[in-house]
Amino acid sequence: MTLLKLDSLSVSLGARRVVDNASLEIGEGECVGLIGPNGAGKSTLLRATLGLLAAEGGIEIAGRSASAWSARQRAGHVAYLPQDHEIAWPVSVERLVALGRAPHRGPFDGLGPRDQAAIEAAMRRMEVDRFRAQPATRLSGGEKARVLIARALAQEAPLLLADEPTAGLDPSHQIALMRLFRTLADEGRAVVASLHDLGLAARWCTRLVLLDRGRIIADGAPDTVLTDEALHAVYGVTAFRATADGGMVLQPLDIVDASRQGEKNP
Amino acid sequence: MSEDARYRLVLAGLAMLVAVLFTLSLTVGPAAIAFSDSLAGLLSDDRGAIALIMREIRLPRAILGLMIGATLGLSGAVLQGYLRNPLAEPGLLGISASASLGAVLAIYIGLSAALPLGLPLAALSGAVLAVLVIQALAGIRGGTLTIILAGVAVSSFAGAMTSLALNLSPNPFAALEIVFWMLGSLTDRSMAHVWLSGPFMLVGWAMLGCLGRPLDMLTLGADAAQSMGVGMRRMQFLAVIGTAASVGAATAVAGAIGFVGLVVPHILRPLVGALPSRLLPASALGGAAMLLAADVLVRLVAPGKDLKLGVLTAIVGAPFFLWLVWKTRRTML
Repeated sequence: MTLLKLDSLSVSLGARRVVDNASLEIGEGECVGLIGPNGAGKSTLLRATLGLLAAEGGIEIAGRSASAWSARQRAGHVAYLPQDHEIAWPVSVERLVALGRAPHRGPFDGLGPRDQAAIEAAMRRMEVDRFRAQPATRLSGGEKARVLIARALAQEAPLLLADEPTAGLDPSHQIALMRLFRTLADEGRAVVASLHDLGLAARWCTRLVLLDRGRIIADGAPDTVLTDEALHAVYGVTAFRATADGGMVLQPLDIVDASRQGEKNP
Repeated sequence: MSEDARYRLVLAGLAMLVAVLFTLSLTVGPAAIAFSDSLAGLLSDDRGAIALIMREIRLPRAILGLMIGATLGLSGAVLQGYLRNPLAEPGLLGISASASLGAVLAIYIGLSAALPLGLPLAALSGAVLAVLVIQALAGIRGGTLTIILAGVAVSSFAGAMTSLALNLSPNPFAALEIVFWMLGSLTDRSMAHVWLSGPFMLVGWAMLGCLGRPLDMLTLGADAAQSMGVGMRRMQFLAVIGTAASVGAATAVAGAIGFVGLVVPHILRPLVGALPSRLLPASALGGAAMLLAADVLVRLVAPGKDLKLGVLTAIVGAPFFLWLVWKTRRTML
């Protein structure tokens, strides 16, 4: 089933067209890496999908036009993890993860057993259950990031849009998170994560979408998207690639050359 | 003790404190009436002097202390949560300053002397005008920063106009009356003041009270909150109009009373686990307790001097706030 469909989506911020005619379909079981250089429009694409930015073009969530859903109904279908790790008040980790249950609760209802189960599962998955009683603002950057991911998981939406979820995590937690995204996909949900680490993207995503200056210029399996030409043209880097333990390994090596850079940004 | 149990304990403790202070406010005053006589006078049918004092002077004063304190505590907690800024307080939106300006103009042109409720009505109009200006400036999609800036602009303008009224005041008595009114007080308020301001405060409370859950989600930032189904426009509307109705009405009858709305949420935040939805009721009760206590204190400290309530809250509140900042500076930043 199609969880999300973007039909020639365009977003302008001021005079600049940040996302240009992007069309995309995300189905169940996909773990999609949204890649592209700084300023390519990855965050803008995700935010526009959620209706946080005014956009032209069609957005369909779970088979219905996004504007037909109320904000609360939409929250039952799509969870979103923003790039900023914002926690305004020293709320305990458990309470913070519980915020993810809000779309499933009435305005004055307490937490039911299903909510509790979802909160526990999310905290265990992100290995934050041992700080459950601590104020989230006192945790380290990576721990905070994991708490916020747990919050998004507790929402239990079929589709998760995550903006740079691996930023600030140590290698083992980065891998654990990518594995978790694959597990969610295997459970029939879908994840769209913007990523800067091409190595993680190549190895763990089932599909990559490459954005450059607001346009989707490649969309498909990691080995078909991360070609030498694409890395050259979009990132201006050369890369080493190999296969190890049944998966793709990709390591950017060097900037192509100064003249190529000049050509790219005249 | 679990967080939930502690929260219930804090609420119960605050409610009891408010009840005790409310009774104390009814029984302390220049007319030396015994504790039992005063309560009997309030409840009995006779029309003697004691009953008159109780019903016409002390009861409205205690009710206003309770309601205005709750208004200041509640709106302070809402604004700190909504603006995600621990320095926010009810005066920040310019509502108090504009309501004060309305009152000052009423004194200046003699409206307050001509009409029995001329002063509070003029103050309410000032608050309404401020809201209209702030909403127009911030717009429908206005962010929190725009609201803060609009509030600062409105505050400064209202302050400047108040200074102008003082400057051009026809005689020193009018100027003195203006200054005294601005210091904030609950002395000599009648039931008419309660009936005038009460409904506005109740409506404001209802609007602010709806904001608990949305404010919780706003802890994670506006984007995350919206993705969880929070409507930012509805939230802005409720926060601004709710504050305007309740704080505008409170300022209209009592003048600008500072520090309660700033300090009370700070004291109670650690006790309720910092969650905005839990801070709102606690802060309303805490504000009521603090204002009732201050109003009892002005009667005890300087019985004949008519010490102004706003002066006392500022004298006690400012150093207390300094201490609080010093104590929590590591966790706040």
